[in-house]
Amino acid sequence: MEHCEAKCGTAEQEKALEAVIEASRSTPGCLMHILQEAQGIYGYLPMPVQKKIAEGLGISLSEVYGVVTFYSQFSLNPKGKNRISVCLGTACYVKGSDKILEEVEKELGIKCGECTADGLFSIDSCRCVGACGLAPVMMIGDEVYGKLTPDKVKGILDSYKEANK
Amino acid sequence: MAKMINLKINNIPVSVPEGSSVLDAARKAGVVIPTLCYLKDVNCVGSCRMCLVEATGARGLVAACVYPVSEGMEVQTNTEKVRKSRKMTLELLLSKHKKECLACERAGNCELQRLSIEYGCDPNYFAGDETRHPIDDSAPYVVRDRDKCINCMRCVAACNKQAVGAIGAIDRGYAAHVGSAFEMDLMSSVCVGCGQCVVACPVGALKERSTVDCVWDAIADPKKKVVFFTAPSVRATLGEAFGLPVGTNVEGKMVAAIRRLGNVEVFNMDVTADLTIMEEAAELVNRIQTGGVMPMFTSCCPGWVKFVEQKYPEMIPHLSTCKSPQEMFGGLLKTYYCEKNGIDPKDLYVVSVIPCTAKKYEASRPEMGGEVDTALTTRELARMIKTAGIDFNSLPEEAFDNPFATCSGGGTIFGASGGVMEAALRVAAQMLDGSFEVVDFKEVRGTQPIKEATYKIAGKTVRVAVASGLANAKEIIEGVKNGTRHYDFIEIMACPGGCVNGGGQPTLPDSIRNSTELKSLRAAALYKSDKKNGYRRSSETPVIKMIYDEYFGTPNSEKAHKVLHTHYHEDKRI
Amino acid sequence: MTTKELDAIRAQKQQLIDVRRLVREQAEEMAKHTGYRKQVLVCGGTGCTSSHSKQVIEHLEKTLKEMNIDDVLVVKTGCFGLCTLGPIMIVYPEGAFYAQMTPEHVETVVRQHLVKGGSIVKELLFKDTLHPDGSITPFAETPFYKKQMRIALRNCGVIAAEDIEEAIAAGDYAAIEKVLTSMTPDDVIKEVLDSGLRGRGGAGFPTGRKWSFAKASAGDVKYVCCNADEGDPGAFMDRSVLEGDPHCVLEAMTIAGYAIGAHQGYIYVRAEYPIAVERLKIAIGQARKYGLLGKNILGSGFDFDIDIRLGAGAFVCGEETALMTSIEGHRGEPRPRPPFPAVKGLFGKPTILNNVETWANINPIIMKGAKWYSSIGTERSKGTKVFALGGKITNVGLVEVPMGTTLRDIIYEIGGGIPNGKQFKAAQTGGPSGGCIPASLIDTPIDFDNLVAIGSMMGSGGLIVLDEDSCMVDISKFYLEFTADESCGKCTPCRIGTRRLLDLLTKITEGKGEDGDIEKIEALAEHMKASSLCALGQSAPNPILSTLHHFRDEYEDHIKNHHCTAGVCKALLSYSIDKEKCIGCGLCARNCPVSAITRTDYTAPGHKLASFAIDPAKCIKCGVCMTNCKFKAVERK
Repeated sequence: MEHCEAKCGTAEQEKALEAVIEASRSTPGCLMHILQEAQGIYGYLPMPVQKKIAEGLGISLSEVYGVVTFYSQFSLNPKGKNRISVCLGTACYVKGSDKILEEVEKELGIKCGECTADGLFSIDSCRCVGACGLAPVMMIGDEVYGKLTPDKVKGILDSYKEANK
Repeated sequence: MAKMINLKINNIPVSVPEGSSVLDAARKAGVVIPTLCYLKDVNCVGSCRMCLVEATGARGLVAACVYPVSEGMEVQTNTEKVRKSRKMTLELLLSKHKKECLACERAGNCELQRLSIEYGCDPNYFAGDETRHPIDDSAPYVVRDRDKCINCMRCVAACNKQAVGAIGAIDRGYAAHVGSAFEMDLMSSVCVGCGQCVVACPVGALKERSTVDCVWDAIADPKKKVVFFTAPSVRATLGEAFGLPVGTNVEGKMVAAIRRLGNVEVFNMDVTADLTIMEEAAELVNRIQTGGVMPMFTSCCPGWVKFVEQKYPEMIPHLSTCKSPQEMFGGLLKTYYCEKNGIDPKDLYVVSVIPCTAKKYEASRPEMGGEVDTALTTRELARMIKTAGIDFNSLPEEAFDNPFATCSGGGTIFGASGGVMEAALRVAAQMLDGSFEVVDFKEVRGTQPIKEATYKIAGKTVRVAVASGLANAKEIIEGVKNGTRHYDFIEIMACPGGCVNGGGQPTLPDSIRNSTELKSLRAAALYKSDKKNGYRRSSETPVIKMIYDEYFGTPNSEKAHKVLHTHYHEDKRI
Repeated sequence: MTTKELDAIRAQKQQLIDVRRLVREQAEEMAKHTGYRKQVLVCGGTGCTSSHSKQVIEHLEKTLKEMNIDDVLVVKTGCFGLCTLGPIMIVYPEGAFYAQMTPEHVETVVRQHLVKGGSIVKELLFKDTLHPDGSITPFAETPFYKKQMRIALRNCGVIAAEDIEEAIAAGDYAAIEKVLTSMTPDDVIKEVLDSGLRGRGGAGFPTGRKWSFAKASAGDVKYVCCNADEGDPGAFMDRSVLEGDPHCVLEAMTIAGYAIGAHQGYIYVRAEYPIAVERLKIAIGQARKYGLLGKNILGSGFDFDIDIRLGAGAFVCGEETALMTSIEGHRGEPRPRPPFPAVKGLFGKPTILNNVETWANINPIIMKGAKWYSSIGTERSKGTKVFALGGKITNVGLVEVPMGTTLRDIIYEIGGGIPNGKQFKAAQTGGPSGGCIPASLIDTPIDFDNLVAIGSMMGSGGLIVLDEDSCMVDISKFYLEFTADESCGKCTPCRIGTRRLLDLLTKITEGKGEDGDIEKIEALAEHMKASSLCALGQSAPNPILSTLHHFRDEYEDHIKNHHCTAGVCKALLSYSIDKEKCIGCGLCARNCPVSAITRTDYTAPGHKLASFAIDPAKCIKCGVCMTNCKFKAVERK
C-alpha cells in the first residue's frame, strides 16, 4: 500500500481536500462533514490529512483526532480494495452472524478491523445495515449479501479474488 | 444585581444569585459535596458523577456542579441513595486505577484516595483489569501515567483553556482516554510545558519530571559547589506545601530551609529579574528609537516562547532577545560569579527553584548551554525539605546569600501577571525621560485575562498590553497580526495569572482550590513585598550597579549580549 | 409556488395514486382515466435493493421497451414491509403481489401479465395472496397486512419515492398548506398536544409539550431537528420512511418550524443509510425547487430550510444532546440537562428534536385532526407504532399497528409465528435500552407504559423474537457488548460500569460465575440507572435487569450447574459421540476444523465400521460435527 506520510497523498487528492476545507470552513460544525469527505478522498484519515484539516479550521490536531476516534466510521488505517462489513446487529446476531464473521476471518486469515497483506480485503463489523429481513448479512463494498450461512462465505470471497486476477 | 434564589440544602436555608449551581449554594450553606471532575474556572461538565445529590423536582439524582438552583428547591446531599451512588462510582474508578498508592507522589494529596477513604470503599469490589500502558516520560518537564487517569478531563480542559490542545479525549467508552493525537508522546506534540494540566490533575496521572535525586547527588558530591536560586513567586507559594494559608510570603523560612539541605548557597532570582528588566527596557528603548521590529513581546516565559516557536514562528522577531531571569542567572553564575570567585564552572552546580514545569524544558534547551544544571518546581523543593526532616514552620527567617541577595520591588513582582510590564515601565520610562517619577502602574496589575494601558512618556505614546493564559496570548497575537490591536510592548505569561499560578506550584486540595482566589492572594503577597522595598526600580539596586560596573558595562553591551541574550528557532507544529 | 399550483399538481396525479389504494374493481375503473393500463410498483428500499431489486427494475424497463409496451408505468417505491420476500413487485390495478422476483420472473410477468390481455401469473405470487381455491386474496387482506393500520407508513410502498408530485398527490404538503393558510402557531401546537402524540424515538415524551416549550423560549434563532440516527440494531422503520416518503418528514419539520418560530432544520441521518440519504437529498432539492422549502413558502411569508448532517457511527448520537453536540462537529458526548434543548439546544439556541416516525405522524394529525388521532390506541399511548419484526419469526419486516395490539397478535397473526416448529421464548423490545418479554406475558397490549411496567420499553420499535435456542444470559451479554462499545465514555457509571457488567456476564457464560455475582450485577445495574449522565447509561442495564427478572433461573443454572439450556454458551458445552449410534462414516471427522475427531477401535453391534470419538482437549465446540451427522450420534451437553 503506497501512501506518503509527509504529503497529503497525490496532488489531486490534496487539491480535493483543500477545496472541501475551503468550501465548508465557514459552516458551523463542519468538522464531521470535512472528515467524511476526506475519508472519501483518501479512503482513511492519516496524520497529514488530519493535520491539514486542523490547520485549515484553526483547531488543534487533538480535537480532530478526538472526533475521528469517537466515531466508528472514521478509519486511521487504509482499508482493503474490497471492504467487508459483517452485520452484528441484533437481528443478524440471533441468526448467527458471529459465525459468518468467524468464517470470513478464517477464510482471509485476518481479524476484524484488519486488512489483508495484498490489500484486497479488509474486515469490519457493523451494527445493522437495516436489511434485517435478509439476516444474517454482510456487505462487500456496496453489495449486500443476505441470508448467509458459513458455507456460502468462501464462494463469495472467491468471486472477488477471481475478479481481481 | 442578580435575582436571588432561595432554597434549602439539607434543610439549611440559603440564598444565592440566579444561575448558581447547587454546588455553589451548598458551599454557601457550609455543606461539602464531593467533586472530582469539577475545577473552578477550568472544568464544569458533570461527568464524574461524584457530586450527585437528590433535589426536589428532578428525576433521579442530579450533578450538583451543573444543576441550576431554583426557587424553593430542597436538596439532600447525604441520603442513603446518594452515599451508595458515590461509593460505587469510586469503586468503579478504583477498578481501573493503577493502585500504586503506597509510593505515589500524590498519596495523601490525592482526591480519589481521600474520597475512597471517606466513603469506605473496597478497592477490589470489582475485579478490574490489569491492562497497562507505557508511561510517557518523553518530555523533560511532565510525566504522564495513563493508568492512573480517572478521565475527569480537567487536564484537557486546562490545556484547551490554554489554546494549546496538546491533549484531548481519544476513543470512546471504556477505551476513552486522554492523550495526544495519534498517541504521540508529549515531547512530539504541541505541548508547551506550562504544566497547567499537572496542577489540574486530582490524582497522580500527571506530575513533573523530578530531578530531586540529581540535586541530592550534587549536594553529596564534595567536588561540587551547589548554589540555589529561587524565583520570585516561590516565596509566595512554598508555605502552602506546609499548611500555611494561601498568600503567605515565606521568603525567610524558604532561604533557611534550603540552607539546611546541605552545604549550599541560596541566591535570589529577583536579582536577575532586575537584570532582565535592565536588558529588556534597553532593548525596548532601542527598538523604539531605531525603528526596530515592533511591537516587542516579553520572552521570560518559556512556555510562551515555545508557543510562539511552534504556532507563530513568523512572530519570533517580535520576541525580546533577553534570556529569562533563570537563564540570565545561569549565565551570570557560570561567567561573572565563577570568574570573580575563581571557580571552575564545571564544579558549580546550579539549581533554580521555579514555579514552572516549562523552565525545566528551558534549562535543557541547547541554546542555553546547560548553564542551569537543573530546575526544581516549588513542589520538588517542598519534597526535599520534607525528606531532609526540616520543620519548616518553626524555622527562623534568614536572608539570601550575597552577592545576589538584594533586589528591587520590580524584580519581585515578576511572579504576577503584569509585573514584568510594570517593572520594565519603571525603568524604560526613566531611560526615555530622566525626570519620570511614577513607579506604580496599577493599570497592568490584577488577574484579568487581558490588560491594556497607554502612557505618555517623553512626549511619546507608549501602548502596552499584558496577557496571561495562552488563549489570551493567542487573542493578542492574532489581533496584532491582523492589525486590529496596536501596541508597543506586550507582556505574556503562559499561565493564567502569571507565575504565581504556574504549573510547578503546590497542588492544593480541591476544597481549597474551588473556594479560594489563588491567583490574586498569591500575587498580593508579591505586591506587598514590592511596596515595602526601598528600591522600586530595577536600575536602583546596588547589586545591579555592581554587576554592570564589574562585568557588563552597560545594558545591551556586547558582553551582555553574549551572556544575557539568546535566539529562537522556528519549530512549526500542528 | 402558490397553494393553487399545489392543488393543481395534486388534482392532476390524484387518480394515479388512487389506483394503488382502491379495491380492485374501483381501481380498474379508475385506471382507465390515468393513461396507464397498468402500474408496476417495485420496492427500491434497502431490503429489496439488497435482494437486487435494481436489476429487477432494469430488466422490467428493458423488457417493456423491447415489447413496445408503453402504457405500463414503472414506479420505484420505498418499502412494502415484507423484507424477507424481496424483491417485491406489485401490479395495479389488480394489486397482484409478486414476491422474490428475479429477472427471469420479470420476463414471465411481462409476457404473461403485463401484455395487453394478460393475466396474473399465479405461481409467482406471494403465497398468502393465493387462496387454495385458486382465487386471489388482495394483499391487504393477508394476515401480514390485515391487522396493520398504516399511518406513519401510509405512503411507503405506495408512491415513487423520488417524485415530489406523487408525494403531493398522495397528500404530502396538504398539511403545511392548511397550517400556513388557516392555522396560528398556537393552533398547530394545540392540535399536536391534543392528539396525544408521544415521541417515537424512545422515551415517549409528549411531542406537543416539547414544541410548546420551544415556542415559549425567547430568541429569534431556533432550530428544528430530525433524529434519523436510527442506531437501535434491528430497527429500521425510520430508514423506511425516509426511503419511501421523505417529503412527509420535510413537511412536518416545516410545520414545527412555523409553530415554534424556527427557520432552519437539520436532519441528522446515519451515513450507513446511503439510499435514505440520497432520497432525502433529492427530496430537499425538489422541495426547494417547488418552493415548499426556502423563502416565502406557499406565499405565506414564512421561511424555512433544511440541511442534512451525516452521522458517523455512534449510537449515543441518538440521545438528543449528543446528537446536537455531533451536529456542532464534536465528539458526540451528551450534555447535562438542564438546560433542556427547548431552551438551549443546538448552537446554544432553542431546539426541538423529534425522530422520523414522530414526524411521519404530523401530516395525518393536522389533516384529520387530534380527535381522530387520539381515538386510536390506548389511554395514554395514542396512534400507531411501527415495529421492525426480526429474529426467529416467519415474516421479518415492518409492521404498523395501533397502540395496544398484543404481542401475540404481532408475533402469531402478523408475524406468522416461529419458524421450524420452535417454541417462542421471549420478545426483545427497545433494543439495547429495552428488555425481554417472556412468553407468559405475550398477551400484554403493547404501549409505552405497559412495556415499562414489565421491565422493557418501546424504544424505537425493534422487536426481536427469540426462540428456545436463545440463551438469555447470552442475549444480555450481546446487548452489553453493544452498549459498552457504544458508551461515549464521558461519565463514570456508564464508561466503567458497562464494562464491569460485561465482565461479570462473560464470567458467567464462561462457567466461572460464583455466588454473589448476580447480586453484584443487580447493585451495579441499579447504580448505572440512577447515576449515569444520559439515557444510554441509565438504560444500558435494562436487558440484564429484565432477563434477571424473568429468567433468573437461567442465570442460576449457568452459575450453579455450569449449564446453558439453550446450548449457546460454548464454554459450558461439551460434544461427544454416542459410540452405539455412530456408524463410522467419518463425515464428522472430515468436517472438523481442528481435527479433534478420530476413529476408535470400537465397532458397535450391527455396524460395519469402527465408531469415532471427540478429543475434548482439541474440540472448539463449533458444532460442525453435530450439523453434519446424519445419524444423530453427536450429542451436546
